[in-house]
Amino acid sequence: MPNFELEEEYQDLVDTVRDFADEVIAPVSAKHDEEHSFPYEIVAQMGQMGLFGLPFPEEHGGMGGDYFALSLALEEIARVDQSCAITLEAGVSLGAMPVYRFGTDEQKAKWLPKLASGEALAGFGLTESEAGSDASGTRTTAKLENGEWVINGTKEFITNSGTDITQHVTVTAVTGTSEREDGSVKKEISTIIVPTDTEGFTAEPAYNKVGWNASDTHPLTLKNVRVPEENLLGVRGRGYANFLSILDEGRIAIAALATGAAQGCVDESVRYAKEREQFGRNIGSNQAIQFKIARMQTRAHTARLAYYKAASNMLAGKPFKTEAAIAKLVAGEAAMDNARDATQVFGGYGFMNEFLVSRHYRDSKILEVGEGTTEVQLMLIARELGL
Amino acid sequence: MSDAPAQLKVLVLVKYVPDAQFDRHLTGESPRLDRSDSILSELDEYAVEAALQLIEAHGGAKAGHEVTVLTMGPAAASNAVKKSLQMGATRGVHLNDDALAGSDAAATSLALAEAIRHEGGFDLVFTGMSSTDGETSLVPSQLAERLGLPQVTLVSEVSLDGGDIVARRDGDTETQYVRAPLPALVSVTDQFEEPRYPNFKGIIGAKKKKTTPLSLAELGLGADQVGAAGSWTEVASSEARPARTAGTVITDQGDAGVKLADFLADRKLL
Ligand SMILES: Cc1cc2nc3c(=O)[nH]c(=O)nc-3n(C[C@H](O)[C@H](O)[C@H](O)COP(=O)(O)OP(=O)(O)OC[C@H]3O[C@@H](n4cnc5c(N)ncnc54)[C@H](O)[C@@H]3O)c2cc1C
Ligand SMILES: Cc1cc2nc3c(=O)[nH]c(=O)nc-3n(C[C@H](O)[C@H](O)[C@H](O)COP(=O)(O)OP(=O)(O)OC[C@H]3O[C@@H](n4cnc5c(N)ncnc54)[C@H](O)[C@@H]3O)c2cc1C
Repeated sequence: MPNFELEEEYQDLVDTVRDFADEVIAPVSAKHDEEHSFPYEIVAQMGQMGLFGLPFPEEHGGMGGDYFALSLALEEIARVDQSCAITLEAGVSLGAMPVYRFGTDEQKAKWLPKLASGEALAGFGLTESEAGSDASGTRTTAKLENGEWVINGTKEFITNSGTDITQHVTVTAVTGTSEREDGSVKKEISTIIVPTDTEGFTAEPAYNKVGWNASDTHPLTLKNVRVPEENLLGVRGRGYANFLSILDEGRIAIAALATGAAQGCVDESVRYAKEREQFGRNIGSNQAIQFKIARMQTRAHTARLAYYKAASNMLAGKPFKTEAAIAKLVAGEAAMDNARDATQVFGGYGFMNEFLVSRHYRDSKILEVGEGTTEVQLMLIARELGL
Repeated sequence: MSDAPAQLKVLVLVKYVPDAQFDRHLTGESPRLDRSDSILSELDEYAVEAALQLIEAHGGAKAGHEVTVLTMGPAAASNAVKKSLQMGATRGVHLNDDALAGSDAAATSLALAEAIRHEGGFDLVFTGMSSTDGETSLVPSQLAERLGLPQVTLVSEVSLDGGDIVARRDGDTETQYVRAPLPALVSVTDQFEEPRYPNFKGIIGAKKKKTTPLSLAELGLGADQVGAAGSWTEVASSEARPARTAGTVITDQGDAGVKLADFLADRKLL
């Protein structure tokens, strides 16, 4: 049987990141949430702690850790602040990871070090108004002209795409078409690195989101954007396939983040249930509240086991697609369900924005949507079952 | 003024203390604190940070500079050493002996002074401003006395100027810069820069760093010189302090300012 004890270095990382989250992030979370401001000072400190470099080798400015280490860190941060956690998650798995996985040595040398140190961020632009769960709807085009890609199109909901420290966005674009045997048109989708200071690239004003207020999300406009041919990331025509493999890993990280959110709801509820008195006793002495919180703890625990299992398969080099989809599904729902229950435990205070549980209530919804909706996870799991 | 040492050898004294986040509780009959959830004293983290910044300003470990951390305490005190090594210290020394239990500040400083002599050759000794449990703030001065070192207390900034240490002290009415020749002892306050959090490379790296165990016998000290037997003071009695009561909440009904002023005036704070 596998042993679910964390090795010492993982446990020490958890302890360190937990201290950091409680001491440095938590005190400023409500403020950034209310002001919808990007937490540059937190990002800088997460960078100094090496969190953005966790899964990358030292030669690329990384910490020589792995994806599980990143996941553990995300869980600890998301307990108190999902915006900071998603900034880290997207910074690593959508920003830096594509360059690390698919980049040439030159591309890695050029783009990775500042991402791994957290001095810069990058985004991944896949989603478009007509291309959500189904990326074959991609309309953005890239044409090769005199050794340059000329890119035109728009993107929606791109995380980390408009901060002062965003260095580039990797965009998916149609680079050609071919005809299938049945005569239908097949789009060739490729991924191209677009530095944010390129003429014609615009991060439009940020969205007014329900949650994740301190995370940076913008629509993008690309108008006759010209970048050198060598900015093609990975093999031409493999853009979508590459992105799917990135998403598989990313789901483990998102599941870890969602587990943290679910656990944060438990921790806050336990504390409050012991403190809050009504009818002359703690509300936690009512079995109705106890059972609610016991169920919340069960969800958080199950979510954690699910992402540990997916990560363990991944690190062992075994298939992990289904496990990652299951973890993302279970953890996303655990976060949403726990946030609903936690706000109930908090009564009217749970409806006040400055409380952590209310923030989790607003923040957790996206965990059932981003990086593949719940339905998409179910499609993946069903497909693996041969359905 | 002499030149700065080519290779700085810095020692930091780190104490393990109960984690302030957990309820502190007294165990058994003796007036000693339960140390099951013990961590590196937060105030000593500033001393470690000061030592690391000082060697980093001169090229760091790569240039051959060294930060050794020394703790005295039971097996669990190794956590204080571990955390310091994760932050970037070079090596650890752990003085552990059953006979040390119950040492007061005088006995503690005797044992620590002998341990420092045993390890030998330090240019600088950093300490915290106070432990977060015993809180006597006596150990640093006693150590300086026992080792015959110049001492600069309550420091918020340090640098080297040739073979001298220059340290900043912030008082209520003035800021002083105090100079002392090496070797010297410096106690660091929480006004120093915030201590770093270890990164993952540091966490992994710490596992390969060496911690030397030390016993009393190796220091040539007898059991009667330390512990309760070697202490000059004894804790005569000790009882848990009443838990802090909930604060007073003033709800603003137009008169909150007056109520607040009355509250402060009642306590002679206005
Ligand atoms: C805050 C935030 C950050 C984001 N960050 C990024 C980013 O950095 N990069 C990026 O590229 N994208 C990003 N996205 C986009 C996100 O990945 C998409 O919103 C998501 O993939 C869903 O796409 P959609 O919104 O177009 O929904 P749609 O695909 O239109 O789905 C609508 C509904 O239909 C369901 N559905 C769709 N197809 C099926 C089917 N075949 N069977 C059953 N149900 C189905 C979906 O599950 C969903 O419930 C972000 C979104 C948000 C809100
Ligand atoms: C009979 C008796 C029993 C006691 N039993 C206990 C007990 O069980 N547990 C307990 O916590 N205290 C106990 N004490 C108090 C204990 O003696 C003091 O904690 C100890 O002498 C150090 O003093 P301090 O903590 O006030 O350090 P301070 O002088 O406030 O510390 C200043 C700095 O000195 C250094 N330093 C201090 N102690 C150490 C150390 N051990 N290792 C490395 N560096 C150090 C650190 O850099 C620290 O920041 C007992 C005292 C007596 C008299």
